[in-house]
Amino acid sequence: MTRVTVENVWKVYGDQTVLENINLEIEPGSFIALVGPSGCGKSTFLRMMLGDEAPSRGRILLDGEELDAEPSPDRGVVFQKYSVFPHLTALQNVMLGLEFVASPVMARLFGSRKRAAKAEALDMLTCVGLGHAVHKYPSELSGGMQQRLAIAQALIKKPKILLLDEPFGALDPGIRAEVHEILLRLWRDEGMTVFMVTHDLSEAFKLGTRVIAFDRVRTRPEEMKAYGATVTFDLKVDGKSVPPRPEIRDVLAVAAQ
Amino acid sequence: MRRLINRQPDVVVRFGLMLLPFVAVIIAYMIASEARLSVNPNDKLLPGWSTIAAAIERMAFLPDQRTGSYLLLQDTISSLSRLGIGVAVATLIGGIFGILQGLIPYFRATFNAFTGVLSMIPPLAVLPILFIIFGLGELAKVVLVAVGIAPFIIRDLALRTEEIPHEEIIKAQTLGASTWQIILRIVVPQMLPRLIDGVRLSLGAAWLFLIAAEAIASDSGLGYRIFLMRRYLAMDVILPYVAWITLLAFTLDLALRLFQRIAFRWMYRGN
Repeated sequence: MTRVTVENVWKVYGDQTVLENINLEIEPGSFIALVGPSGCGKSTFLRMMLGDEAPSRGRILLDGEELDAEPSPDRGVVFQKYSVFPHLTALQNVMLGLEFVASPVMARLFGSRKRAAKAEALDMLTCVGLGHAVHKYPSELSGGMQQRLAIAQALIKKPKILLLDEPFGALDPGIRAEVHEILLRLWRDEGMTVFMVTHDLSEAFKLGTRVIAFDRVRTRPEEMKAYGATVTFDLKVDGKSVPPRPEIRDVLAVAAQ
Repeated sequence: MRRLINRQPDVVVRFGLMLLPFVAVIIAYMIASEARLSVNPNDKLLPGWSTIAAAIERMAFLPDQRTGSYLLLQDTISSLSRLGIGVAVATLIGGIFGILQGLIPYFRATFNAFTGVLSMIPPLAVLPILFIIFGLGELAKVVLVAVGIAPFIIRDLALRTEEIPHEEIIKAQTLGASTWQIILRIVVPQMLPRLIDGVRLSLGAAWLFLIAAEAIASDSGLGYRIFLMRRYLAMDVILPYVAWITLLAFTLDLALRLFQRIAFRWMYRGN
């Protein structure tokens, strides 16, 4: 379980301030929905969480330690597009994360280790409902299936934090609801912290335990450059709680017996 | 009346239209050849079919009187081996430098401008230098082909590598991949089919450099033969040789395209 602390973070490109003075304390296991108009810097914030970009000022802490300055396996990600590798089948896409860590030089596994990785990947694919499509290439999958594959691929690394950048923006509503259910189930099971950028307010309130809105406070044209967006709303969603930590859940289960 | 841009020929018409220019050129040649030969039966400029057929038989199917070898076969083997080695070397260099240049900022900072300038040097202008350094043997010709097309392949592949969506590279890192692992599992497999595209596009230039090198200093090869025969105005040999080179080039291109289709099926699935 990971506590995320954002301390006084600013992001400035040249003389354009994008984000200013972001301070957040995120409970372990939260599902954070980030909303706001286009260009308000919510994707920039996600890229800083990812380590793809560094804050111009301030810092982001995971459990009290500063983030790695580059992407690493403790933070999984699903983008709106290009999240999966087109030259690998669904199964190969999911196995990849296991192969990287176990085989530094070849980046491939053989024999019994390959069989073990394959079994684990197949479990994960079944979890997201892709058990029937393991040998298909991404271009043969529908948009919803590709995003489910991207989620499976990220979760095989058991990240502490899952970052989602408008992951369901291109999906039609029926498919979207389906993927929501899968995501909520995996979030509860894995006990990770999720950050999701979305344009869709109803999606934000449906999934999030906390909805955070970024927006510009000063909007006069001459002020647009010097002042960036900041947190304008920070709402806990009623009736939703962070799921109990797995270790506590185990203790409770033992106690019940 | 529908607009021209919206009107599609059906299969039969398309096939006929495809043949039309070829047939037109052959007919034009026959008419011109007939006209010249009727004035002067010894005309060498546009030989008739029987003269050409006799020349093909002499070059391809009868052993040469002096050396006892089949000239067309021998020329084809020398030219294709020079071309093959040159293109293979250029592909290897282009693949390695292109991918590193497209992926690794420090490598790009070091070599981008350099390969850019190198690619502006006209390869034929350095041919004399190659002859001086490597002598008049096989090496200079192979080097010319390799040097001629490698800069293009490097730059093409570097651009293709840069076009790999940033998201994919980020995703690989979140899966724990090192730079080497990203090259091995993400970049190289996706760039191999692009590399084949680059090689296909540069084959025309490769032939140009090969024939130029053979024309200047050689004792065998398709380009050597054509330029040798030019001294005798032997159009009956030159024309079939040009046709043969064209056929070889076309076949190579087709073979690469087929190989790409078979070896990289993921590119053609679904979409």
